[in-house]
Amino acid sequence: MNPILEVVDLKKYFKTRKGMLHAVDGISFKIEAGKTLGVVGESGCGKTTLGRTIMHMIPPTSGKVIFDGKNYEKPSKAELKELHEKMQIIFQDPYSSLNPRMSVSEIIMEPLILKGGMSKEEIRKETIKLMDTVGIAQRFVNSYPHELDGGRRQRIGIARALALKPIFIVCDEPVSALDVSIQSQVINLLLDLQETQGLTYIFITHDLSVVKYISDTILVMYLGQMVEMAPADDLFENPLHPYTKALLSAIPIPKIHNRKKRIIMQGEISSPINPKPGCRFKDRCQYAGAECDNPQVIEEALPNHFVTCCRSKEIN
Amino acid sequence: MSENIREIRDLVIEYRTDDAIIHALNGVNLTIKKGETIGLVGETGAGKTTIAKSILRILPSPQAKVISGQIFFQGQDIMALSEREMRKIRGNKIAMIFQDPMTALNPIKKVGDQIAEAIGLHNKISRAEARNRARAMLETVGIPGERYSEYPHQFSGGMKQRVVIAMALACNPELLLADEPTTALDVTIQAQVLEMMQQLKEKFGTSVVMITHDLGIVAETSSSVAVVYAGEIVEYGTVEDIFDHTGHPYTIGLFNSIPQLDSTEPRLKPVKGLMPDPVNLPTGCKFHDRCPLATEECSVKVPGSTEVAPGHFVKCLKV
Amino acid sequence: MDNVLKDNMELNSDIMSWKKRSRFAEIWKRLKKNKAAVVSLFVILAVFLVAIFAEQIAPYPYDQQDFNNIYAKPSSEHLLGTDGLGRDILSRLIYGSRQSLLLGVFSTAVAAVIGIFFGAIAGYYGKWVDILIMRFFDVYQSIPMFLLCVTLAAILGPSLKNAALAIGLSMVPGTARMTRASILSVRGNEYIEAVRTINAENPYIIWKYIIPNSIAPVIVYLTMAIGMNVLSGAMLSFIGLGAQPPIPEWGCMVSEARSVMRDHGTLALYPGLCIMIVVLAFNLLGDGLRDALDRRLKNGGA
Repeated sequence: MNPILEVVDLKKYFKTRKGMLHAVDGISFKIEAGKTLGVVGESGCGKTTLGRTIMHMIPPTSGKVIFDGKNYEKPSKAELKELHEKMQIIFQDPYSSLNPRMSVSEIIMEPLILKGGMSKEEIRKETIKLMDTVGIAQRFVNSYPHELDGGRRQRIGIARALALKPIFIVCDEPVSALDVSIQSQVINLLLDLQETQGLTYIFITHDLSVVKYISDTILVMYLGQMVEMAPADDLFENPLHPYTKALLSAIPIPKIHNRKKRIIMQGEISSPINPKPGCRFKDRCQYAGAECDNPQVIEEALPNHFVTCCRSKEIN
Repeated sequence: MSENIREIRDLVIEYRTDDAIIHALNGVNLTIKKGETIGLVGETGAGKTTIAKSILRILPSPQAKVISGQIFFQGQDIMALSEREMRKIRGNKIAMIFQDPMTALNPIKKVGDQIAEAIGLHNKISRAEARNRARAMLETVGIPGERYSEYPHQFSGGMKQRVVIAMALACNPELLLADEPTTALDVTIQAQVLEMMQQLKEKFGTSVVMITHDLGIVAETSSSVAVVYAGEIVEYGTVEDIFDHTGHPYTIGLFNSIPQLDSTEPRLKPVKGLMPDPVNLPTGCKFHDRCPLATEECSVKVPGSTEVAPGHFVKCLKV
Repeated sequence: MDNVLKDNMELNSDIMSWKKRSRFAEIWKRLKKNKAAVVSLFVILAVFLVAIFAEQIAPYPYDQQDFNNIYAKPSSEHLLGTDGLGRDILSRLIYGSRQSLLLGVFSTAVAAVIGIFFGAIAGYYGKWVDILIMRFFDVYQSIPMFLLCVTLAAILGPSLKNAALAIGLSMVPGTARMTRASILSVRGNEYIEAVRTINAENPYIIWKYIIPNSIAPVIVYLTMAIGMNVLSGAMLSFIGLGAQPPIPEWGCMVSEARSVMRDHGTLALYPGLCIMIVVLAFNLLGDGLRDALDRRLKNGGA
């Protein structure tokens, strides 16, 4: 079965005064329709840039994005339009991603108005339906975003993303800015929508417990590169990369019994500007050795379980 | 018997704005023992930061009004102290670290000087001595002493937070109020910082109030837990009480809404509805409109604190 | 499926009202709370009315001289007395309001039209357009307003209109910078990124997103600028570069009163007071607008 999205060696570099910033440095993966790929990593790993590059909100430096069978390389305006009708994005910050001057209904209707082809009455009906789908009461039709709480605002963002009836949604940390009890409401909503509308998601987050819950496959990023990618359960049960191991052990577990010993990683993340060849994790890695200076290669250590570590066999 | 170094009794605080009165705290009772870490759990707007700020008496004035209540620190009601006397306590006996390390430090002052300043304010020592102690403090939090003369923007988020912690602990306070100290940090840095705080706490014997919304952090750091909801403490007990014998429906709801790494539930069970608007609080039990166990009684009668087990208190009519 | 998020659900778009609450109503509500700003607003409206209906209100024409009655004390005939040429001071003040307001508004309008246009382009398109425009303004700004006025006066002859033009032109860089800064701060917001993903074109984005969100600080700036420009205009007239006698511009009136200030101080006092009141009113109004337009100040954050 053909994957709905295939990304091949995607790179995004930014020119800065100090040098070339390797935000995304050679990421490849495939996603099947109806599934969710979780992308995790800490700040500076490039996951947000990855999402925006796949959406073509920023043009990639190199690499291929093959979506729904079509290779979008230097897309024309018309091709971009077509892409965005099928692929949408939900933003992290429900405060800054909505125009403060537009009411709830105006925000949700906007994609439909811009697309054209629907009468005012049809657009209004569709807006109500969307509000219903995401669970915003009709009485908020004329409210402004700043009058509503974070959870509702995020739902407005989701409704807007659904307006053009996409088949694929990039969720860029959609629940990170929300309270815990609201987070779970929104996550349930996203899961329900996936079931009823057959959506495919890329779910970008730094929250490991959420990502395990919602993803089928997880991609772990570090300084723009993929360090490990595996089905969600496999990743958590059997992490192969030292960074993944440290990341997983760093999560505070809400349990007071059977607490595992933690791996505390030393040092800080190094700079993504003009990175040296070789493993980018080596200065923080407890297993670093001489081979780590060589350019790293992605191996399929176990079926469907990829890792970028030259010493992974010895470590595990 | 361990000393109670801090006791809050029946604290009621309101914030007055032009439009409305915000009922921030509605009768909070809390006890903090010497050397313990108490986790103050709750969501945004529950009132946890207000509790911390009222212990230090740094509530925004004139908006914040203490309607009633007392806060005892080593036997003294600090609500009655003058500002001058309060200043001797702040930073010295009680210190606070805030959530956002980016804005907690003065960007135009050297990092070491900021720590030295804190030390110098409360101790009659020479400037050179203050600088030495500041340097030592930096080393204690894992920052090389040579970085004394650097500026905050030269540090990463995790290191800035360490500097903030160094400043807070510089005068060896008896009580440390930590308001979501690691929320703005990456998970691996968070682990480092929490570990460091744990070591420092053991070394100095400080009592800590750890304010957080993350039950994982509570499990890791605290010995007692107080759950805050709509300006009240709805459940209080040891960490075993709260995790193993959860009493209050809200606390149960919180546990159910977080994705557990080893659970196989297909859907989370979130707490329905929203935290009540502190301007317009519901009658009776403030949780009744979201509670799966609520009955008629709950919308009318305000629950008192029931001791369901020695030292474990729950504010619910249904226990 | 137990969907815990559904509030109330009724697919009934016919009954529901889609009318939005006007933004102006909200801003007005907030402005009303600032007493100083409301008073200032009325003062300004009053001055405008006086200026418009000067012919009807003023008891005498502004240039009617009466040599039998010079430097007269206030009386029932001349409520504020007369000046050195027997002209009624009150009437001159009334006509003068027209001049001063014209000066203030016209100069600000010049600055606004040119400044906002260039500032917006520089702010929105950025890169070399921005650099080009801003460097040009850097050079431009180094010319003192004074020099500009003198030059214009020399070329075109001193008059109120030329003074207004000069003041307006000298304000262009400031207005441009203000606009550019406001637009830069809005441009970085996520909702701009967001609207691009639904295929919005640049003109649409500028019109519906950038301008409404960045206009507030510019409005405040311009409101206060009117006041400042009235003052600048008065100063120019004072030194003879603006309105020429017998035009009853307030600054001009103060200038004429210079030589007799010791004996007839009120001749300078009255126009001076008028200038002060108008400038103060615009400043206070601008202040009030700033608070009323900036939502964040009121709500204290998210």
